[in-house]
Amino acid sequence: MFGRLDWSAVPFDQPIPLITSVIIILVVVGAVALVAVKGWTPYLWREWITSVDHKRIGVMYILLGVLMLLRGFADAIMMRTQQAVAINAQGYLPPEHYNQIFTAHGTIMILFGAMPLVIGFMNFLVPLQLGVRDVAFPTFNSVGFWLTASGALLVNVSLFVGEFARTGWLPYPPLSEATYTPGVGVDYYLWAVQISGVGTLIAGINIVTTVLKMRCPGMGYLRMPMFTWTALASSMLIIAVFPVLTATLAMLTLDRYAGFHFFTNTAGGNPMMFVNLIWAWGHPEVYILVLPAFGIFSEVFSTFSGKPLFGYRSMVAATLFICVVSLMVWLHHFFTMGAGAAVNTFFGIASSVIAVGTGVKIYNWIFTMYGGRVRFEGPMLWSMGFIFTFIIGGLTGVLLAVPPADFLVHNSMFLVAHFHNVIVGGVVFAIFAGLEFWFPKAFGFRLYPGWGKVAFWCAFLGFWVTFTPLYVLGLMGMTRRLQHIDIPEWRPWLYVSVAGVGIIILGVIAQVLQLVLSIRDRDKLRDETGDPWDGRSLEWATPSPAPFFNFAVMPNVEGEEAYWGIKQRAIETQALGPEPKYEPIEMPLNSPVGVVTAFFTFFFGFSMIWHIWWLAGLALAAAYAGFVVFAWRDVHEFHVPVEEVARIDRARRASREALLARLRQQGAEL
Amino acid sequence: MSGVELPASTEALRRVREDPHRLGHVGHARAPALGAGHGETGPASKRIIVGYGFWLFLLSDIVIFSCFFAAFAVQRGATAGGPTMHQIVDVPRVALETGALLLSSYTCGLSFAATNAKNLLWTQVFLFLTGLLGLAFVLMEAQEFYGLAMQGITPQRSGLLSAFFGLVGLHGLHVTIGGLWLATMMAQVQLKGFRREIIHRLICFNLFWHALDIVWIGIFTIVYLIGSVPA
Repeated sequence: MFGRLDWSAVPFDQPIPLITSVIIILVVVGAVALVAVKGWTPYLWREWITSVDHKRIGVMYILLGVLMLLRGFADAIMMRTQQAVAINAQGYLPPEHYNQIFTAHGTIMILFGAMPLVIGFMNFLVPLQLGVRDVAFPTFNSVGFWLTASGALLVNVSLFVGEFARTGWLPYPPLSEATYTPGVGVDYYLWAVQISGVGTLIAGINIVTTVLKMRCPGMGYLRMPMFTWTALASSMLIIAVFPVLTATLAMLTLDRYAGFHFFTNTAGGNPMMFVNLIWAWGHPEVYILVLPAFGIFSEVFSTFSGKPLFGYRSMVAATLFICVVSLMVWLHHFFTMGAGAAVNTFFGIASSVIAVGTGVKIYNWIFTMYGGRVRFEGPMLWSMGFIFTFIIGGLTGVLLAVPPADFLVHNSMFLVAHFHNVIVGGVVFAIFAGLEFWFPKAFGFRLYPGWGKVAFWCAFLGFWVTFTPLYVLGLMGMTRRLQHIDIPEWRPWLYVSVAGVGIIILGVIAQVLQLVLSIRDRDKLRDETGDPWDGRSLEWATPSPAPFFNFAVMPNVEGEEAYWGIKQRAIETQALGPEPKYEPIEMPLNSPVGVVTAFFTFFFGFSMIWHIWWLAGLALAAAYAGFVVFAWRDVHEFHVPVEEVARIDRARRASREALLARLRQQGAEL
Repeated sequence: MSGVELPASTEALRRVREDPHRLGHVGHARAPALGAGHGETGPASKRIIVGYGFWLFLLSDIVIFSCFFAAFAVQRGATAGGPTMHQIVDVPRVALETGALLLSSYTCGLSFAATNAKNLLWTQVFLFLTGLLGLAFVLMEAQEFYGLAMQGITPQRSGLLSAFFGLVGLHGLHVTIGGLWLATMMAQVQLKGFRREIIHRLICFNLFWHALDIVWIGIFTIVYLIGSVPA
């Protein structure tokens, strides 16, 4: 009836996962109860859960990503403390639990933390920056988000029901085959990642179609803001490589469920084929994450330096160069496979060459600041911290790209330090820069700058105190993923690293405080102008928060930095442009198809994991039926009446007039 | 229909009228029409957006297939003492399968010609024929797999057979899902007529069905024809 599922799946004998899951369940139940008691359910259902507005979906992606970052960070704290106490001892985490933690940490941070955050920013920003009203496929956008969320839910359910994989975040066979890992851990991994991978693919198709086919009039390719360029490059990579992940995991699934021999070490299976395939996805994946991060930094540097981005065209070229070359470097993850000198040399050179494209970008950012009037606001601090951190991470990366050097530090803590150096320094710093930068556009009020700066300095210092010792430990010969340690000489470095985690915790607290205090004082921090940072691209032409249709009249772009041009003309002529002729707007209707499909897909994944075949079939049929019901809908759009459009846009124009008047007065005082 | 392709937009319509055989490139001298989705002309029409997005999906689907092709190439010699490709390929049967599938692409194309002419009856007739041929293909493939399994030739036997059944089975699964989609589309066309979004879906279905044919040609060549040669 219930396949492999019975009461022994619940970890009653393991206090840490049990207590954690009880707390999580209580919090979730409490939140649901609060929503129900306060009567917020209809509002949430109407305005968020069934919303097909790209901004709402972007915000939900970001919320999911932030929650998963916290979960992954909890795993990180456990790993660092375990290694610090388990020196010539067993520590507090038994090996089977510790192995789940490092697997969950990697999986959650990359696939359920960083990916939703990056896709969230792309969703939120791309249509705004292109001057259009939504993405190409708004309903599919909602489906994609909810599939990602149900994948994340599956990973977290594994905490309470069953176990998670113990194989590392990429489940290398033959360890991950059913022979050596018979439990449900790898199956949780497979189905969670497959389901969220479909969501990611939908997001990628959506963004590419939006950028290539839906720009507002006048928005030629070389007038697009840098973030949109990087979103395009990243989404093209998603379309090119996420299917590789899907295919590879499907093969592993066939191995585990049906006794196939794709990757087994018997009957002609080929484990190294898995490693090649998974890294053919895995390496481009880090560029999928970091390219939009580069886009965020580009926007921040030019805005807070008060200058156009230096070398815009070279930046575009460098982005596309990285996009292409990132597909040709995957083998550097396993130089030690023994592919021979010629193959290793090719991939070593290709990996080093990527640094050229990145170098172009670093210089462009530095020259953007040069001669500008730099404002040291929160987003700018994160960006400057990024340049420093990312250069060091890039340099250690070039060291690892040299095959003979890589043989010495392969799979050591040096490697762990390197990739945290680029991913934390690149992606996570960008996310926090972006959160503070675009928060007013999403919610209509700014965040307190002070706590943001505290958060930055704690994260920045904490990062270096945590990860510098790991470089040293790697060079001393410490390999990654050690559950306990037999060499007492490593002790001081492990202690320093734990101290660094403590500093990062302070940063996280500061970040949460910034959010909570700013929400409490939101009326004081209200952004009336819609342009709180003196921005340069079209999203700042809308009020904060942007109306659901983004633009009352589609802008007509006449040059690079579309909004900056409009603003300068208004300041020169001391007047806004003439009031446009408003027309009714056609907008897509809300739809529950995303959340319904994801609901059934979750049950499909769960029952596949536990071999509950009847439920799997039922859930799949229900998901299909949901789609057919949706396809039968006759009305897909509704019209916003012209009076409504005019009312909202006149309010925007009034606040812009006020801004102009204030600037005039300031000018007179100067 | 005057033997001219579908008007993808008014811009395309104009181009076809002025340059029916595409001999020269009209348009250098004047600005492109608004709403074409190119350069600085503003958002494209819904029809172009839907078709374009579906093309991107097909590209991603073809990447999945290419992974299975790669696995097949890697596992070619991994017979583990079991049968080789030469021993399991039955070329006449596969030729029949191929014939059915290619013919179904032809009828699928005819159905869309009928859709363009807004002819409900012929659209349905040709869609039905397409489905029938697709069903014939799937049944023949199932029979082939069944026959192999009866001889003990199953994916569990060797790496080569895993890759073989994985690749061919993935294609068969696609054709099956395509058939499900086709049935849904026939019901929709019948009950709702040629509404705008239904024509868009028919475009997507056509693209999907033809893409499966292209993939099958790769399978027919690389798996069956090359496999039929003794190694």
